[in-house]
Amino acid sequence: MYDYTDFDERFVRERVAQFTHQVERRLDGSLTEEEFRPLRLMNGLYLQLHAYMLRVAIPYGTLSPAKMRQLAYIAETWDKGYGHFTTRQNIQFNWPKLPDIPAVLNALADVGMHAIQTSGNCVRNVTADHFAGAAADEIADPRPYAELLRQWSTDHPEFQFLPRKFKIAITAAESDRAVIRAHDIGLQVVKNAAGETGFRVLVGGGLGRTPLIGMVVRDFLPEPDLLPYVEAVLSVYNTLGRRDNKYKARIKITLHETGREEITRLVEERFQELRPLFGGADQELLDEIRAAFAPPAFRNAPVTAYEDFYRADPAFRSWVDTNLAPHRNDQYAIVTISTKAHGQTPGDATADQMRVIADLAEKYGHGDIRISHEQNAILPHVHKGDLPAVHAALVQAGLGTANVGLVSDIIACPGMDYCSLATARSIPVAQEIATRFKELDLEHEIGPLKIKISGCINACGHHHVGHIGILGLDRAGVENYQITLGGSGAEDAAIGDKTGPGFAYDQVVPAVERILRAYLAEREGPQESFLDAFRRLGMEPFKAALYETEGAKDAA
Amino acid sequence: MSRRFTPKVVTANRLREGDVVYLTADDRWTPWHHEAELIEDEAHAQLRLIHANARGHEIVGAYLADAKSGPKGPEPTHFREEFRTRGPSNYAHGKQADLGHV
Repeated sequence: MYDYTDFDERFVRERVAQFTHQVERRLDGSLTEEEFRPLRLMNGLYLQLHAYMLRVAIPYGTLSPAKMRQLAYIAETWDKGYGHFTTRQNIQFNWPKLPDIPAVLNALADVGMHAIQTSGNCVRNVTADHFAGAAADEIADPRPYAELLRQWSTDHPEFQFLPRKFKIAITAAESDRAVIRAHDIGLQVVKNAAGETGFRVLVGGGLGRTPLIGMVVRDFLPEPDLLPYVEAVLSVYNTLGRRDNKYKARIKITLHETGREEITRLVEERFQELRPLFGGADQELLDEIRAAFAPPAFRNAPVTAYEDFYRADPAFRSWVDTNLAPHRNDQYAIVTISTKAHGQTPGDATADQMRVIADLAEKYGHGDIRISHEQNAILPHVHKGDLPAVHAALVQAGLGTANVGLVSDIIACPGMDYCSLATARSIPVAQEIATRFKELDLEHEIGPLKIKISGCINACGHHHVGHIGILGLDRAGVENYQITLGGSGAEDAAIGDKTGPGFAYDQVVPAVERILRAYLAEREGPQESFLDAFRRLGMEPFKAALYETEGAKDAA
Repeated sequence: MSRRFTPKVVTANRLREGDVVYLTADDRWTPWHHEAELIEDEAHAQLRLIHANARGHEIVGAYLADAKSGPKGPEPTHFREEFRTRGPSNYAHGKQADLGHV
């Protein structure tokens, strides 16, 4: 794992000291809110509906047990005993008080964490495949590149006041678990015909009010060109991006208004200027970073106990079948810990649960923890022989739910229960869908399904790329929910289509149930997933299930 | 013709704690919506908002929110403002816990 150098440590401490003074000056009246607001946002501090909210970055979703324990400590000491994992590999504390923020930031700095650039019009937390360094299907660990980008983008003097925020995601697998096609820049580590490592570069993806899938601007960017090329993209965007209209300020709009050809020409031109300025120091740094991400010393031991347990215990079997992913070492497994026990808030973990995860990572997981954009926690390296013990401990902590990738594994933004931008609630909708399908005992029957819920058009809940997407709106002073079908955030990325008129708050769960009953009735068999069935059948059968009254059906 | 003015309350968040407060007729910040001053006149509303904004050492982000009169005092008319009187729906946190609010 990457540990802070003296430089990183000094930078973060200086920033904490600086912000501490800014908080003091706000509290004693020397700074107005107008003056203070941009300063607090640069340090991840928002003011939400009921309280302040501190957003802390979890770079490329990677945590050590010490970091996780510190998050637990912060949750207990300065918050209400829990934290909320977000859809961008951050953790949010929903109830801190302004005078306590300096202490929280110091506690974060103690374990090499911070809240810098988790808000504002800058390069945000660089996110990565949460199975990085463990997945059987990846060609390299993408996190060293993510760390290089993090160091380059942190406090980059040219890019602190971009036209709008800027999000970069990276994966090294064909199977896209990092939603790279919905990011300002999406990077996929690839090899060319000569076996050299480089990147497929996508630009201009994004959700929000204008959802767009990123375009490939380079099929193969050589590894040493990464920083100059990304800098060229940002530099062109910084010049052309619309500062006059915040709804048109993201690079996806710049790309579409300027045209891919012209943008590419400008980026390549700028790249030619920048490339010679990178004299190789970045590559030396990359080598150092890479050493910090060396794989753990995998244990070689029999897995027979695991196999016996799998045959004997149905609860364990069900969890193994849904929550594990193939590891590159076949004695190992990647364990996804669901934070989505039926009826709970997606992405929330209590301080006790955080400590259980930290302990398990230490004891059975080579000290490695990940947070996914799907708001779950991951133990990326668990020897199969240890899985029964891990499962038993998770069940005891309320973290053993066998629902990863199923109906109840829902992404939901905080919505109007917390967020001041929200137009409707999303958390209780997620809770009620999960509870309903548990009652029906249908989720294993339904199989792979991604439901994603946003409480406003900004789409933090990624609703556009949900197989079923739900968007909460305010329609004449009443919560109303628009449903989209057929979206995907994976390598087959697609923006979902609207079903038709929206649904009242108490009609959303019945609507989702009608959609899924129609799927079960129409699918060719259990092997045909909801998304595949939708792609084959189109909208009509689902529309009929949603909107046709009983009478109309009889008449037809 | 301009739209008819609907009654308002002045609301904001407390600077230190961040919790929701309302401006009373006697210039206090109260956590209770029903203690807020219900403002029925547009010009008076603007004056009260200016007054609130001048108290930036106590509160953040003052604005006028629609309200109506009820048996105990002003009540919110929009669901967002109703949530602000209570707290989130997924936990008994915020005002609903701190104030024993129903």
